This record gives sequence, structure tokens and C-alpha cells, in this order.
Amino acid sequence: MSPAATALTVIIAIVAIGTMVGFLSGSRERMDLEQWTVGGRGFGTVLVFLLMAGEIYTTFAFLGVSGWAYSRGGPVLYVLAYLSLAYAASFFFLPQLWEAGRKHRMQTQPDFFNARYGDRYLAGFVCIVGILAFIPYLQLQLDGVGIIVSVASFGHFGRVPAMAVATCLVIAFVFANGIRAVAWVSVVKDFLMIVAAVAIGVGIPLAHFGGIGAMFAALAHARPQHLVMPGATTDLGHSWYISTVLLTALGFYMWPHTFSAAFTAKSADTLRRNAIVMPLYTLTLALVFFAGFATVLILPHVQNGDLALLTVVRHTFPAWFLGVIGGAGALTAMVPAAILILTAATLFAKNLYRPIFAPAMSDDGVARLARAMVVVLGGTSLALAIHGSSTLVSLLLTGYAMVTQCFPGVVLGLYWQRASAAGVFTGMLAGVLTAVLLMSMHLDPLFGLNAGFIALCVNFTVALAASLAIPARTSAAARHFT
Amino acid sequence: MKTPSIGALALGIVPFVAMCFTVALWDRVQPLVLGLPFNLFWLILWILLTPCCLWGAYRLDSTADRNSSHDG
Repeated sequence: MSPAATALTVIIAIVAIGTMVGFLSGSRERMDLEQWTVGGRGFGTVLVFLLMAGEIYTTFAFLGVSGWAYSRGGPVLYVLAYLSLAYAASFFFLPQLWEAGRKHRMQTQPDFFNARYGDRYLAGFVCIVGILAFIPYLQLQLDGVGIIVSVASFGHFGRVPAMAVATCLVIAFVFANGIRAVAWVSVVKDFLMIVAAVAIGVGIPLAHFGGIGAMFAALAHARPQHLVMPGATTDLGHSWYISTVLLTALGFYMWPHTFSAAFTAKSADTLRRNAIVMPLYTLTLALVFFAGFATVLILPHVQNGDLALLTVVRHTFPAWFLGVIGGAGALTAMVPAAILILTAATLFAKNLYRPIFAPAMSDDGVARLARAMVVVLGGTSLALAIHGSSTLVSLLLTGYAMVTQCFPGVVLGLYWQRASAAGVFTGMLAGVLTAVLLMSMHLDPLFGLNAGFIALCVNFTVALAASLAIPARTSAAARHFT
Repeated sequence: MKTPSIGALALGIVPFVAMCFTVALWDRVQPLVLGLPFNLFWLILWILLTPCCLWGAYRLDSTADRNSSHDG
């Protein structure tokens, strides 16, 4: 069997086994992050740590981060900072959000805006922003599958058919109501990913340099400027780093699915204790940095940075191992894609379309509309993935530039009684327009600052000024909110 | 609703100062520490120290209202 055939066979086998585990397990419980840490006592500490660490290995972390370590260098360090700081920030607002959620029976992000500001158009706008932010995030997952298949097949099998097959599988997952079962797919995938990460992060520097320290010593000698900011770029310096870390750390819990996950915690205290421990799980992320940096010296001429990790794996390890890593990577892309697509479709049907356009719509009608949206969103992301040329990291940053615009409304809503619907609405609108305008004019970064962060500042300023200028009509509701 | 105290907030700011705002001070390759470039070493160190800061904030606020519900 040729190396390409071996690698592809292993990938297909892993995806098939993972999918079967998912469909057959029929688990009735949802296994989310919180249950891993709190409810997962039966798993034992070491296993829980391995699984949680595996959970950090998304398509973004695995291919995107190593890709930027390879192609951009120093600026990629923002990823190590932002995850820890996202948990640090969450310590100070998630427990409060949970309390408000319990008091007002919230399930979703638009529920929060509805309850706090009493404005269904604002809540609808929050839905739109969430869905728009999801599209590049979904595109990232599909791109990941395309990259894996094209590298593993040594270029014989195209990105486009691979992404199309992945999209169909994801839609099938969702239609088969496999979301709950997908949690068990995650167990398989988390375990494979952490094994893969250790093999890659330690194995590649060891095989080519004799160790991680020796690899960095060689790189510090040959390309020292690659390891600091702005690395291989001209405009991603320290001000970009600070603005990007703030944008992404504050936006981490603003994604519709991470936001609503906070409501499912057992108590506010659980969220606090989770926030304390979670940064530790990001430690193993350093392994993909090692692999990405090592590739700079091993294979200096990979055209697309996002291909760097798998190309160096192909160069270093036997074909079957490339298949294991590719299979784990493909599952890693498809599980979140299914969750993203289902969340976005439900948001559209239940929190945007029904409350604003069709209040009389039946639950069956909502379900049908959501199913139609699953196909629409899958198709849109696939089309964008086929035509797009952004790096995986840029895609996630585009999503963050949108989704973090919800942050002022959440924090002002929790901590400032005078924050009004009109104020938050105009602020968010200004923020979203600024972000879209700057990014579409390729003014990102602008004056060395992340465009999404500039938009966030505009958003905050407008929200504060407009809240002061136009006091809330429902100030009594706001007073009783918290 | 429990609002974080000033002391807890101050502890929460520490990781932001260390990992974000002070980047110009530690974004260097040399000295290599434990085989890692200094900036990478610094961030990994602070991934370990962030839980310590948050734990301190947690302790501060849970001693502040010990009489409220206690579900440790």
C-alpha cells in the first residue's frame, strides 16, 4: 500500500469508528467541560487532566497555532496568554451571569439581553452577531478537514471534495440528533489528540535536533527575530499583541455556545472554581508551539503555514501515524462544527425569526426552520471555505472581532444599572459596523491595533455615552435584574 | 448577588499585567530558560501562576462572606 493510501485508510477508519461510537452510544447525558472537571470524579485525576487537555486541542490550536508559529513566529504567543486570561476574566463575571440566569430562567445569550434590557430587537441583533461570528469559525473547521485530507493523501485527494464530504457528515450528525452522542466521540478524539500532541511536540524536536532545548538554541541562533514580535510580519507588534489578547480574552465566553454553557453549571461557585483550574489545561498547548517552531528549520519552504504541522509529521513519522493524527484532527474539526451549526440554526429559528417575524409559529415549525438553517449554514461555510484563503488563526480572529461586540452589553448589564437598551444597541451597532468596515477595507491591524479591539472601544464608548444621554425607560426592571 | 471585592479584582488584574500589558518587557529570546526562549518561558510560568492569583481572589471573597451559603 502506498503511504497515501495507508494514511487515508487510517483516517477513514478513525472517523468511521468515532462516528459509530457516537451514534451507537446513545448517551442521554451531555458531557460538557464542566462535567469533566466537577462530575468526572469517577474518571480519576490523571485521566480527567488528559481529557481536558485534549479538549483544548481544537482545529485552531492544532493546525492554526502551529501554522502561525511557523509562518508568523512571535505574534502567535497571544494564544498562550489569551486562554488563561479568558478564564481569569470569567472569574469576575460568569458567576454573576449564572445568578442572573437562575433568577430569570435564561438558557441562551439573547435571553440575557431580553431579560436585562427588555428589548426583543436588541436580543435579535445579538443573535445576528452570534451567527455572523460563527460562520468564520465553521469555515475554520471545514478548512481543517480539507488540509488534513490533502496532506495525508500527498495531494492526490483535493481539499474541496474532502470539505464537501465533511460538511455532509456534520449535517448528518446534526440531523441524526447525534449532538448528545457527539460527546462520546469527544472522548475518543480528546484521548487521541493529547497522545498526538505529545508525540509531535516532543518527538519532532527530538528526531531532528536531539531535544526541545537544542531546537530552540538552534532557532535562537539562526532566526532569533522569528521568536519575538513582530516575527515574520511587519505589523503584528506589541500593541497588536495587547489589543488582540484583550479582544479574545474578553470574547471567549461571548460565543453563543460558551455563554449558554455557563447557565448549565451547578452553582456560581462551580464556575469560580473552574476558572481557577482551567488555565492549567492550556499548558500542554506549548507542545504545538514546539512543533511549529521546529518546522521553521526543518522544512523552511512550506507554502501555506497551516499545512506546516502535518507536512512535518509526514516528513518525520510513518504513514500510519500521519493517519492517526489526521483522523484525530478530522474528528476534532467535525465535533465542534456540529455543535456550532446546531447552535447557530437554533438561535436563528428560536431567538431571531420566531420572536420578531412569526410570533405564532409552532414548535414544529421552529424545528423545521432550524433544520433548513443547518443546511443553509453548512452550505455557506463550505462555499466560503472553498473560496477563502485566510489562515486558520485569522478566521478565528475575524469571528472574535464580531462576537466580542456582545461583551459591553453583558458587563454593563451586570454591573451598571444605568446601561440602557438604546445605549447598548447603538454601541453594539457602532462596534459591529466598525469591525466590518475596517476588516473589509483590509485595515486590520490599524495603527498597530487589532481592528476588532478598536471596534470594541468604539462600542464601549458609544454604549456609555448613549446610556447616559438616553436613560432606560425600564429602569425599574434593571434595578430588579440583579 | 455577590460582587467581587477590590482586593479580589486587584488579584485578578495581576495576570493581565504580567501576560498582556508588560509584553514589551519580556518579549525577548535571551536568556533561554529551561531551554525555552524567554517570552515562551514567561508565558508558561504565568499560566502556572494565574490559578494562584485566582485562588487568592477566591479565598479573599469567600472569607468575606463566610456566613453565606457554603458549598465547598
